[in-house]
Amino acid sequence: MMSGNNWLKWLSAVSGMFAAMGAANAGQPINMPVGVTDISANVYDMHMIAFWLCVWIAVLVFAVMFYSMFAHRKSKGYTPATFHESTTVEAIWTTIPFIILIALAIPATKTLVEMEDTSDYDLTVKITGYQWLWHYEYIDEGVDFYSVLNTPRSQINGEEAKTENYLLEVDKELVLPVGKKVRFLITANDVNHAWWVPDLAVKKDAIPGFINEAWTKVNTPGTYRGQCAELCGRDHGFMPIVVRVVEQAEFDQFLADNTTLEKDGAEYAAVTQ
Amino acid sequence: MSTVATDDHHDDHQESPYSIKRWLFTTNHKDIGTLYLWFSFIMFLIGGVMALVIRTELFEPGLQFVDPQFFNSMTTMHAIMMIFGVVMPAFTGLANWLIPMMVGATDMALPRMNNWSFWILPFAFAMMLSTLFMDGGGPAGGWTLYPPLVLQTGDALPFVILSMHFMGLSSIMGAINVIATILNMRAPGMTLMKMPLFVWTWLITAYLLIAVMPVLAGGITMLLTDKFFETSFFNAAGGGDPVMFQHIFWFFGHPEVYILILPSFGVVSSIIPTFARKPLFGYASMVYATGSIAFLSFIVWAHHMFTVGMPLAGELFFMFATMLIAVPTGVKVFNWVATMWRGAMTFETPMLFALGFIIMFSIGGFSGLMLALAPVDFQYHDTYFVVAHFHYVLVPGSIFAIIAAVYYWLPKWCGNMYNEGLGKAHFWLSTIFVNLTFFPMHFVGLAGMPRRIPDYALQFSDYNAMATYGAFGFGLSQLLFLYLVIKAIRGGEKATSQVWENAEGLEWTLPSPPPYHSFTTPPVIK
Ligand SMILES: [Cu+2]
Repeated sequence: MMSGNNWLKWLSAVSGMFAAMGAANAGQPINMPVGVTDISANVYDMHMIAFWLCVWIAVLVFAVMFYSMFAHRKSKGYTPATFHESTTVEAIWTTIPFIILIALAIPATKTLVEMEDTSDYDLTVKITGYQWLWHYEYIDEGVDFYSVLNTPRSQINGEEAKTENYLLEVDKELVLPVGKKVRFLITANDVNHAWWVPDLAVKKDAIPGFINEAWTKVNTPGTYRGQCAELCGRDHGFMPIVVRVVEQAEFDQFLADNTTLEKDGAEYAAVTQ
Repeated sequence: MSTVATDDHHDDHQESPYSIKRWLFTTNHKDIGTLYLWFSFIMFLIGGVMALVIRTELFEPGLQFVDPQFFNSMTTMHAIMMIFGVVMPAFTGLANWLIPMMVGATDMALPRMNNWSFWILPFAFAMMLSTLFMDGGGPAGGWTLYPPLVLQTGDALPFVILSMHFMGLSSIMGAINVIATILNMRAPGMTLMKMPLFVWTWLITAYLLIAVMPVLAGGITMLLTDKFFETSFFNAAGGGDPVMFQHIFWFFGHPEVYILILPSFGVVSSIIPTFARKPLFGYASMVYATGSIAFLSFIVWAHHMFTVGMPLAGELFFMFATMLIAVPTGVKVFNWVATMWRGAMTFETPMLFALGFIIMFSIGGFSGLMLALAPVDFQYHDTYFVVAHFHYVLVPGSIFAIIAAVYYWLPKWCGNMYNEGLGKAHFWLSTIFVNLTFFPMHFVGLAGMPRRIPDYALQFSDYNAMATYGAFGFGLSQLLFLYLVIKAIRGGEKATSQVWENAEGLEWTLPSPPPYHSFTTPPVIK
């Protein structure tokens, strides 16, 4: 039998372990980014509401449980009660969670409806996933290009020191104008992929033969990095996404400097080398 | 009550445990239960080694040890081993050992089928493992087998599919046997609402198995014909739809998730009252909650695929239905806490594992509720946050419940007590390491690390290293479990019939170990 003291010792050891986990890693992110769009901020808020709700329910339930584990033990000579049901109590703890869920569902529904509203866009970019790179096409502007990981092989194999944006860097970034509603048409050419940029809170599967829609409207210029999120074969971990959001003038210049690729097999083969 | 051949004459010359023939041809529920449990443990070691290969590669950024393709086949195989080879057979093993004793029967209703449903498994898994050595390697498209990717598998594909058919066949036969036993072999006076909760949860699980294993079989057969017979079920170019496979798969897959957890609820509902010395709180609501969870499990499947581009109405439906599951699950947890409340608790190893189950399964439940929220799921989906979630419900969830069950019933099975001090050490080591492994995965997932990648960006390195230390610690701790079980089987302090001070149920009225044929005359139910 474990004494009360032993219990406390274990508990403090375990909580110490978690505290050390937090302290030792102050530098690395442990939470969802707030992101740079209104939607991503909404999503972050929903996430934090749900998180704290869970934390409080957990604290409440576990507090009762731990109190019981300390107080109602045989070693303290406690005589067991014999009750084994109570319709009132059971009705209460069925109803209250139900009400909490409704309170949670309302803001979630609102955010979801906004996310799915792809109307009134200013610009359309078609995104196609390949094993293992992305193709971007500004449909009405006649510009398209492939975007491939450009972290050197030597870094991956550990022959050279890894640099800051290891595995999250590409040869050609997707350039978007700030403050404009951009619609994405997402598809794939071989197997399923998923286009995901956490700071935009956009994640949508790219499925061969089907076109999915998503949209974003970025508030702050900057460079935002993401990855393919659906297992797509050997180099699934090596097809990052980089989005550079710029002022309109710079975006116009970017369009002027780029043209349509010859999308023939040779070009694709050259890129995939 | 149907009269099933009781084979009484076997009692006299039960064969030696060292004879291969005894185990190969056995139709005895205890022998078959033992076979299932040992099989499950061996698969646990193999699946565990695969997990350690994954964790070793992920110890630090960069490609160090394995090829990415092999890495993918490790994640795929690890899941298949742990789900179909460990948790499901372990539960079937427990069902075999316990259900006849709990309902007051001699044996399972269909003993010959019982033998067959076990002996299919070693062949199925030998075939599955052999695919690792085939041209093109083992399956590497994830255990979810999504096309078109899975159709790029090399020679392994038909063998993978055939072996999954065998596993499904084995599960369905096991489920039929459980249902037939529970519905036909209960001792007179044992009405349905007097059955122990372990029996109830298994009855419901068995119906889930029969309902969904054929759906999986249909889906993977369509993969086979798409690959070899020019059909286009999942090929858009031929008029098919790759997303349809995901719907079929998760129509199986979501109930499957509950197949992997409902019997755990039954185990925990048996253990808590014993060590709280107080009857289970809310027996009837436990039964209804299990039924509701099983029903809801059929209408929430698409929450696994919020990102495939469903219509808004579909996303809303699956979000609401999924959130509803929190209600019956909450009822269960509250009932367990109410059972403990004002009891007179002691904390032997089975109780520790059961309490660990309640707390850590709840943590997985909370992240499950967060995942149900579709707009936020777009951020969580296919990240390590999901990996953390389902490992919390499966490892300190299902696996802890299975371990708790073994400690709880082992003295009954073999007649000897295990070493309590080492059992407690096993619990604390497992608990510390399981959290060290899986808790940091929440962090990297939220921070943006996708699942199923062999290499990752630098900001994920610390928590991945931590998870790797945890995984090795957890793996090694399980060797202590193996040692404890073997030691108890070979000898030790003799157990009484009741084993635990307050254990209630028919199995505790039989001697420890129980006779080869459990109840040759039906017990009297008060
Ligand atoms: Cu991809």
